[in-house]
Amino acid sequence: MVNSLDIRLENASLSWRQHCVFSALDLELPAGKWTSILGQSGVGKSSLLQLLCGIADEAQVQGSIHCSDGKPLTGRVAWMAQDDLLLPWLSVLDNVLLEARLNPRKGISHAERERARYLLAQVGLADQAQSSPAQLSGGQRQRVALARTLFQERPLVCMDEPFSALDAITRLKLQDLAARLLAECSVLMITHDPLEALRLSDRVLVLQGHPARLSTAIEPPGPTPRQVTDSEVLRLQGRLLELLRGEPS
Amino acid sequence: MTPPRPLLIALGLTLLWQCIIWATKTPPYILPSPLRVLDTLASQLPLLLHHGGVTLTEILLGLICGVLLGLSSALILITWGGLRRWLLPVLVVSQSIPVFALAPILMLWLGYGMASKVAMATLIIYFPVTSACFDGLRQTPTGYLKLARTLGASRLTLLLKIRLPAALPAFGSGLRVAAAVAPIGAVVGEWVGSSTGLGYLMLNANARMQVDLMFAALLMLAVIAIMLYFLIDRLVRHLTPWQADTTLNPTNTDTDAGLG
Repeated sequence: MVNSLDIRLENASLSWRQHCVFSALDLELPAGKWTSILGQSGVGKSSLLQLLCGIADEAQVQGSIHCSDGKPLTGRVAWMAQDDLLLPWLSVLDNVLLEARLNPRKGISHAERERARYLLAQVGLADQAQSSPAQLSGGQRQRVALARTLFQERPLVCMDEPFSALDAITRLKLQDLAARLLAECSVLMITHDPLEALRLSDRVLVLQGHPARLSTAIEPPGPTPRQVTDSEVLRLQGRLLELLRGEPS
Repeated sequence: MTPPRPLLIALGLTLLWQCIIWATKTPPYILPSPLRVLDTLASQLPLLLHHGGVTLTEILLGLICGVLLGLSSALILITWGGLRRWLLPVLVVSQSIPVFALAPILMLWLGYGMASKVAMATLIIYFPVTSACFDGLRQTPTGYLKLARTLGASRLTLLLKIRLPAALPAFGSGLRVAAAVAPIGAVVGEWVGSSTGLGYLMLNANARMQVDLMFAALLMLAVIAIMLYFLIDRLVRHLTPWQADTTLNPTNTDTDAGLG
């Protein structure tokens, strides 16, 4: 199983076109917990996430990352974007195997192939392994992206609005699936949707203001995925929406 | 089953040609009738096939050289940013010199044989192929590149396994242009100076007022060019099956019968 480790991001700053979006930001990602960050567009959420993944190119971002095992975080983060980013020239199975395909060793082993098939079965697409991504629906494509993310077995999974392009029902189904399959991982999820954050997360943070600050964590009770009808979830959703609108709760 | 569309088009054009002759009473030494051209094509077939074979070889060699050269130039341009700033302007300036104007110099340097014609065909397709490949390579979606980086891909892997396949559709467009333009290069090369090839045959026949032979050679050249284009088009479609083609609308099946 994935060995979880605590990750701490300290003194992170982001400027975009010489304009400071946030500075002196600290973020804790406890082992095995699902942390969500809510915020409006342009508040620097995605860049914060990409900073952790080591792929923040567009903005000037800085910050020091500390892992509880003392080793650098580089190469130990899986990134899942809003766009599924399936490569159209590869089959569904090869897209799940992408990490193995891009790291030239001896080739793809039988065990890796079996694991990719197993993960495809887990996301309910076992019979689509040889299809091309173009033949799949948006929800199916995002499920393949989830399988690709799981295949990497990284200690931290960073998800950037992973379900925001899907319709409401597909989104709920995928949230349930993700909560089940990522139960043991440390997850950082960026989202616009308070309900999504509250269904899936152990800790919900809000990033807002000029320059942006992180709020104290809201920790919804109970096991995930939580029901959309859960009264506590609905109460916290109202509180989060007010917080996002900038009104005192 | 309806006859294939290209055949219908060819038949229609031939009919139009014949009608023009009937209507204007043009003498055969100005514009021969389609039947007469076909007759010449049949009787002179060995001669035409010999010269056609030479021209086809020149075109194919030029295509191979031009595509390989263009592809490697594009790869060099995308890999070394420093070199790109120097090479790109040179490439654009080189394009402002008409390739036709270079033909006599190429004859001088490479002789009257096949080499100068292959060089012409290569030169004429080099720029379109390079520019299409380079555009394709630099327009890789940033998401793909970022994803590959989080997966630990090296620079070379990024280029070969992400950028290159993502550029295939653009490369295909370059290849189609090359297939259409390469015959021009070869024939112009033959016009400027040669002793074989369809261009030579046409020039010769023209000078001797063998207009029917000239038309037969022209027909041969057209067949070569069209077959080459469709062959490459088929190949490109086969290589990039994910590329959306909005003309191939499944609800509109009768329009795509002639395409591949």
